Parts: sequence; C-alpha cells; structure tokens
Amino acid sequence: MNAPRNMLDKIWDDHIVRDFGDNTCLVHVDRAFLHELAAIAFSSLKEAGRPILSPELTFATVDHLLDTYRGRGDATLIPNGADFIRQLRAGARETGVGFFDIDDPEQGIVHVMAPEQGIALPGTIFVCCDSHTSTIGGVGAMAWGIGTTDIEHAMATGCLVQTKPLSMRVRFEGRRPSGVTAKDMILALIGQISADGGNGYAIEYAGEAVEALSIEERLTICNMSIELSARAGFVAPDERTFAFLKEKPYAPKGAQWDAAVDYWRTLSSDTDARFDREVVIDCARLSPQVTWGTSPEHVIGVEDAIPDPSLAPTSREQESRRRAINYMGVSPGQKIAGLSLDAVFIGSCTNSRLNDLREAASILRGRKVAPGLMAICSPGSGETKRRAEAEGIDRIFTEAGFQWREPGCSLCMSGGAGGEAFPEHARVLSSTNRNFENRQGRNVRSHLGSPAMVAASAVAGRITDPRSLA
Amino acid sequence: MSRKAFVRLEAVAAPLRRLNVDTDAIIPGTQLLKVAKGGFGEGLFYNWRHREDGSEDPDFVLNKPQFREAEILLAGHNFACGSSREVAAWALRDYGFRCVIAPSFGNIFYSNALKNGLLPVILPEDEVDAICDEVEARQGRGKLVVDLPAQTVASPSGKRLRFRVPDIYRQAMIDALDPISATLRFREDIIAFQNRDRKMRPWAYFGPRTIGGDDFEVKAG
Ligand code: SF4
Repeated sequence: MNAPRNMLDKIWDDHIVRDFGDNTCLVHVDRAFLHELAAIAFSSLKEAGRPILSPELTFATVDHLLDTYRGRGDATLIPNGADFIRQLRAGARETGVGFFDIDDPEQGIVHVMAPEQGIALPGTIFVCCDSHTSTIGGVGAMAWGIGTTDIEHAMATGCLVQTKPLSMRVRFEGRRPSGVTAKDMILALIGQISADGGNGYAIEYAGEAVEALSIEERLTICNMSIELSARAGFVAPDERTFAFLKEKPYAPKGAQWDAAVDYWRTLSSDTDARFDREVVIDCARLSPQVTWGTSPEHVIGVEDAIPDPSLAPTSREQESRRRAINYMGVSPGQKIAGLSLDAVFIGSCTNSRLNDLREAASILRGRKVAPGLMAICSPGSGETKRRAEAEGIDRIFTEAGFQWREPGCSLCMSGGAGGEAFPEHARVLSSTNRNFENRQGRNVRSHLGSPAMVAASAVAGRITDPRSLA
Repeated sequence: MSRKAFVRLEAVAAPLRRLNVDTDAIIPGTQLLKVAKGGFGEGLFYNWRHREDGSEDPDFVLNKPQFREAEILLAGHNFACGSSREVAAWALRDYGFRCVIAPSFGNIFYSNALKNGLLPVILPEDEVDAICDEVEARQGRGKLVVDLPAQTVASPSGKRLRFRVPDIYRQAMIDALDPISATLRFREDIIAFQNRDRKMRPWAYFGPRTIGGDDFEVKAG
C-alpha cells in the first residue's frame, strides 16, 4: 500500500489469483469476448467436456467474416466463412453466452461495440481473441488480445497465466494543432519509437493532449498500441469516461454505479509512481501523418518526402525499407502528398466511430470523390450507423460517391469481410491500422491516415493534407 | 490437438533475415479458412513461398534444398507481430518447425507458441545474426541444439548461448501439460478470488450468479 503504484500495478494487483514467481501470475479475467474466427473455442471446450466458468462474463459477436452488404446472411464469398459464423452462433446459444448476431441492432466490430454497450469497464481485465483488443483501454480497462488456446483457457477457468508487462508512460504534452487527430498522434508515436518500441510493455497514455481527447479518440489511440507491439494500452478513467459509460446497457446501475465510480477514481497512477520507460511527445509540432511503407512505423507528416532507405540506422532496417519502397511502388525523396489513389476506405476498429464519420462528413459535405475512385465506408457498429444516419451522415457519404456499408471489419483485412479485397496493386488510403503487404488484397498498397485525410484525399483522388479542405 | 513435449531439439535452422515479420505474412488471411486446429502448414508464408502464378519461388529461404528440413527458424526482431491469429503458431508447427529464435516476438504470438509446442527463444540481435551467418556459411549443414531444461542454444560451431523462459511455461512445455488442466489444479484459489472480488468489485459482475452455481457464496470443489 505504501509504495506509489502506477495504474498497471493497481489493476494487476487486484486481479492476482495466484503468483507463480518470475513475475508470472494467474490473473482473473473479467470479460472474455469472441468473434467468429474463434468459434472453434466452443466446440473444443465441448469436446473436452469443459463448461464455461462464467457464461455471463463471456460475449460474442460477428464482425470478421460476414460481408457488409445490405441484406447479408451467413453465406459469404469466403469458403467456409458460414461455418465459422454458424459454429459461433451454435456455441453461444448452447452455453448462454451473450451473442450479438448478424441481425442484432448492436452487432458490430467487437472493439467498437464493447465500449458502446458498457461491456468494457475501467479497471477490468478484458480479453478477446483479437490483437486490437487494446482499443478497450480507451475506457480505462486492461485489455489485450489472446489466441484461441488462451480464450478457451479464460472461458474454462476465468483466468489466464500471464507475465506482468513492463510499464511505459507516454505523455502527449502541449495542445494538438487544429487538423491533427488522435490517429495522427498515435502514428507519430509509432514513427518515433518504432513498431517494436512497445514490445513487452503496457502503455499508459497521459498528458494534457490525452486528457483533452474524447473517449472515442482515446479508443483510437489505444487501438494502435498493438502496432507498437505493446501488450496493452490504456488511459486513466476520468469524468469523461464516467459520462461516456453512464446508462450504457451493460454498465452498472444505481448503487453499483456509485461504487464503481468510487473504485475507478482510485485507479490513476500515483503522483510519484515509477514507470519502466517514459516517452514524451510534443503535440504542438505534430502534423497530419500518413504511412508510406509496409509497417506502421513507416510514417511521415503529409507534407514530407519519402525517406531514403540508406539513411536507416542498421543494414537490416535499410533492407526492410527498400523492400517496403519496392512493394509500395514509391521512390525515396518523392513527396507523399499528391500520390494518386485507386481507392479509399473509412472503417475498422481504429476509425469507424461516430466522431470519425462526422469528421469525414464535414469534409465530404457538398463535395464528390474523384472520378473512378472506389470509396467505401463501413460504420463500426449498429449503434454508430443508426446515429450517423439520424444525423444525415449517410447521405453526405453517398452523395459524395461513397458506398455506405453495414457494420463489420469490412475491407480492413482481405480474406475477411465477406471475401472482399481491393483490386490487385491498387493504391489505397485507409483509416485502418495495418499497412502490411497483402493486408487489403493481393499486392494492394495500403497507406494509413485519419478519416479526415481519407475524406480529403478521396475528393482530390490523391493523398492530400486534410487541412487544405477543412 | 496433440501436445508434444519439448525437451531437447537438434535440428537444421533456416535464416529468415527479415524484421517485423507479421502474422499476415506468416499465414495470410486467405489461408485461414478452416474451423480446425491443424493442416495449416501449406499456407505458411504463402505469399513468400509462392510466385504470383502460384509456383514455388526458389529464392525463398524455406524453398532452398539445404533448408527444407529445417525445424528451427531464425528471424529478425518483432517476429510474428500483428494479429492474434493462433493459426500463425499452428502453421509453423504444422510445417515442421519446433522452435523460433529471434531478438523479440509479438507478445500474443509468444504466448500462443508456448502453448502449442513451438518454443520461442529470445536471444540478443547480434547473437541471432551470428547464428544466421554461421548457418549460411555452412549451407545448412551443421545443426543447432536447443536444450530447454538448461535454457541454452548451441550453434553449429559449438558456441553456447543462454536464454530464459518463465518457470511455469518452461515446465508446462517439458511436461506437455494441457494448460487448462494445469490451471484447474488451482480451482479453489479461483473460487476464493471470485468470492472476495465480488465483495470488492460487485459492479464487475452481473448479478449474483457465478461458478457453476446459483448463489452468491460459491462453495469450493
Ligand atoms: S477492423 Fe480490422 S483490425 Fe479491427 S478487428 Fe476487424 S480486422 Fe482486426
């Protein structure tokens, strides 16, 4: 009790079921969430004759494989895609796990809908069989992605064996200039400390600029913790968090709510708490960010030029950047703004929330996407989509020439999303989180940027600084 | 799924000198499409092992004759970063790998690998580079020896390097323990924890129902 503790310490300490030494503990899991790619967990547990310890703490939704066209069903272009969806549904029904099915009005990308429903809460340990579970840290949870074996483990035992991560605090100091979004903040951080920079750490995002963010924006920042290879990323819960969660369907009510808020207020790091690593980002100097290569760390300001690979510090790094330049079909010294695009995408667990759609709509209003450009928007959840439509955002998108899709992972990942992919070699600007080779289709060249940048670039048909159209 | 004990491995190692190899590269989304836990070896590094026309790319390291029998993969830092797809571990194992040596791993993969009989070994970058150099110079002849109880790797020239795996994980691999059964040995601790926790954080639970019973106080056993 005496030594000052950071937020990671506090959450960790309150979840230790048994300590195995080597910093490795059996920790309690408060929420386990599944999507259809983990459907096998149900059949595998059943075969082993193992019940789910706490079905009421377990949830499932469909997002990865179902398509995003109106009137969709289980069948997708993906061979066997329907098997995953049906197995998940059957498993959830049999075990009494809360299930957000295709026709459920709240269905959506798990990391978008879990906070919207109040299933994700501050101070909880939340796991899901998906790497971007770190998103959930935006409401002050310790959330991380796990594999199928571990999700089965969490379902059967209510716990996981975990090594405690190292602690890192990233302070975003100063005010962000207008036109710079949460996406730009996290991309800039990845560029600064590298795609491996968070490896082994749980990151607490703090500082003036983070405190000023809405919960939706904090979710965006925490989402890309995994692009830093961090175990988790979170923001200490505050009045904004409480206001966001109050009255959400699965959030505590009445006296339970008051007790929860009292507890949540104790979670933030003590003033003199220690961290294994501290990083400071000066927000005042940030500009809108965009990736040029095939790792999220290949990122520059939109007014910058693609760096010369031979300037990279190590020979391996040089080789990896050459490979990226080659794959992306760009050249060193070339300005990134102005690169001509074949397609754009607004969606994914990074940037498909209402604030993202509003931001893009404010640029698209009264404008059209460039002729011949493929433009797709997939809202992150049923709730987001309904609210956007109530504001007329869908009309702004469709009048501009965007396709307005149903909620799901959509074109974030080829091989998912109903089997869709962008055409081979297409150059795509995307509000997603991964610019890996072949991520959005075979040989597709993905650039990552904020929804505002995607909207502005869609209008211009080339990568464009959103501030020029704001 | 068969769990295989890992104690000592003497095998050829293939050098994959790439950084930040992501799980999409290890097993592309298009190769994930089976509700099963096996048979993913074919999809391993699919887009690197194959050329655009679907034929094998002879320049890719795993397609070179001297590395076809490799059971150890040498990789650059942040190996298997990206998605949580456990299929990445299954595909490596199905293909025939038993061990991956790298300066760092994607965290989720590290955990998945340990639970699937695929030993992830962390060594400093210069040591991994030196082993890659040795293995390349010897054209795949000469084996590495990985000893898990001793936590050492011996290079073909006999250089011994030390690594660490947390005790609980190391023992589970050596004994080929099923992780769920292993944890259920502590069922009483779990029940005691929940009973305590329900008083401290009642809001984290939905109502009184829990552990196989219908009342608030749950009995052990
Ligand atoms: S939207 Fe993309 S990154 Fe997010 S969970 Fe779906 S596939 Fe993964």
